[in-house]
Amino acid sequence: MAEAFTLKDCALIAIATGQQAQTLRELRDRLETTQLSCIYYHFWGGLLRPRFDDPEFQNDFAIWARHSIHDKPLAERLALIDPTHFHDLENLRRELIDIIEERLDESELLPWARASQRFYFVRSQIVVFDTDRRVHEPGELKALIPHLSAGSVFYHFIDARRRTPFGNDDFSEWLLGFKEKYRALVDRIAIIDPYFTTLVDLRQELAGVFEEYLST
Amino acid sequence: MAELLTEYEKIVGPEVIDQLRQLAKLLAGMNVVHVNSTKEGGGVAEILHRIIPLKNELGLTARWEVITGDRDFYQCTKLMHNALQGNRVNISGAMLKNYEKTAQENAERLREVLEGADMVFIHDPQPAALIRLCNARRGKWIWRCHIDVSHPYRGVWKYLREHIKGYDASIWSLSEYVQPLPHPLYLIAPSIDPLSSKNIKLSDEDLAKTRTKYGLDPSRPIITQVSRFDRFKDPIGVIHSYRLVKEFLPLQLVLAGGGATDDPEGEEVLAQVRSGAEGDPDIHVLLLPPDDHLTINALQRISDIVLQKSTREGFGLTVTEAMWKGKPVIGGDTGGIRLQVINHHTGFLVNTPEGAALRIRYLLKRRDKLLEMGSKARQFVLENFLITRHLREYLTLMVAVMFEHEDRIEPQ
Repeated sequence: MAEAFTLKDCALIAIATGQQAQTLRELRDRLETTQLSCIYYHFWGGLLRPRFDDPEFQNDFAIWARHSIHDKPLAERLALIDPTHFHDLENLRRELIDIIEERLDESELLPWARASQRFYFVRSQIVVFDTDRRVHEPGELKALIPHLSAGSVFYHFIDARRRTPFGNDDFSEWLLGFKEKYRALVDRIAIIDPYFTTLVDLRQELAGVFEEYLST
Repeated sequence: MAELLTEYEKIVGPEVIDQLRQLAKLLAGMNVVHVNSTKEGGGVAEILHRIIPLKNELGLTARWEVITGDRDFYQCTKLMHNALQGNRVNISGAMLKNYEKTAQENAERLREVLEGADMVFIHDPQPAALIRLCNARRGKWIWRCHIDVSHPYRGVWKYLREHIKGYDASIWSLSEYVQPLPHPLYLIAPSIDPLSSKNIKLSDEDLAKTRTKYGLDPSRPIITQVSRFDRFKDPIGVIHSYRLVKEFLPLQLVLAGGGATDDPEGEEVLAQVRSGAEGDPDIHVLLLPPDDHLTINALQRISDIVLQKSTREGFGLTVTEAMWKGKPVIGGDTGGIRLQVINHHTGFLVNTPEGAALRIRYLLKRRDKLLEMGSKARQFVLENFLITRHLREYLTLMVAVMFEHEDRIEPQ
């Protein structure tokens, strides 16, 4: 029998670092030294801060490349980076820099192009708190998921990947505590793509999967 | 008693209020003081009127103190305000001396409250000097900047910086406004209060009265811009856009704004606007008292489209207000308008009167799009720019500032 699942919530607060970039070269240079929490914020922070539900690009670097540097090829390449593939943020930083350097090499004008708007580097602090809710059975979790706050979805389904040894979400980690009983459900959860979506849609998708697997 | 939270719950839903309650548990009993320079008038006082009782309902002990000063003091702080927004103003040594003397007097009066508080929020430059006069302070002190300080007049910023650098943290509305300081620079966007007279729901009867009072014809579309008569708000450009549309469609334009008695440039712009509107009974230039919130509310509600065609803008809370009323906004591609007007979704970003005219024609022709964008605009404000989000960020910051060097904070 697995231990009770502790349902938590989180809230994020953004902090300006004072660093900014007005050209692609400057962006590359700042990326070399900026704190890893900045990289995390510009990939994931959009889910928890004011943003329109259906942005054209999912990370801030791609958005800047498209709308401020006006370079579509770079925007497309940056947009394709999936941060869930990088358990180590240092590797994610490297990937970003590699893509930018490759594009700088390809274009004669791009290294000198001034952005119409600067890129402001922002980091964040996450405050995690207990909701005082405990879940003992997966069936209870099924009933709870449709009512989770966006912060809870973020904490247990996205932030968890930085905390758990194999980069799993918290729900799967907990379900694995029941040995093989919920293996099929865990496998199904594993194919939910947490990146190209919103927290509300993610919650709906999760609820659908729990409903499908625990109703039979 | 939790009456106010219950009222907000009806608007934002129980999940949002639950989250505030859980977050506030981490701060239960904390003694918090906010200090600004006025109880009435202006956006800061408006927000504090709500934030203080809400914090108290959530189990914190929050109070609001107001500093007092003479005419010269307010003259000085007004100059400081203008200087932070980029105007080259010179503040005399005598004025600065009076600013410091006033801070000293207020520090004497408020010392016990301020030094005993767990957390002190000082709003804007007026009370900023208090920190250096409260040496026995035991809590965290945070400076909240409500002004666009992206290009300050350096002489004045250099002076204020000496006071502000001693704070434990500062809060800014947008990353573009931030000035480097040796402490964490938190970002919290402004918000609107859905229960204030600027934003409460009005009856059809109230709306009809407003139409009658200002001679507006309900059978023809109305486009409105609410703003000070200021060159950066481009009211002349709005008239130009209106005229371009009027060649094709019958419509009415409302330009509504507060008085400009202490602003010579404002009077000049108002005169130009009146001259530009002359001879057209469908252009309504309304000079309203600054506290006539219900009229502004009604004008936004009876409009088909709201414009904010600024060429420079801070955050643009009039945009937020219009979007909350389900109106698509045609806004200048600048400042905080960009955060709110999502092109083709909650409105349109434009750069010229011609661009605005094109979008007005499009929306008046495509009523389906107008309604769809208006509905998306309201939802966007509901999720991101209401006072409940602002309060959540204040609470988050209060926890975060106690653990300033940690990215992830999980109090036990």
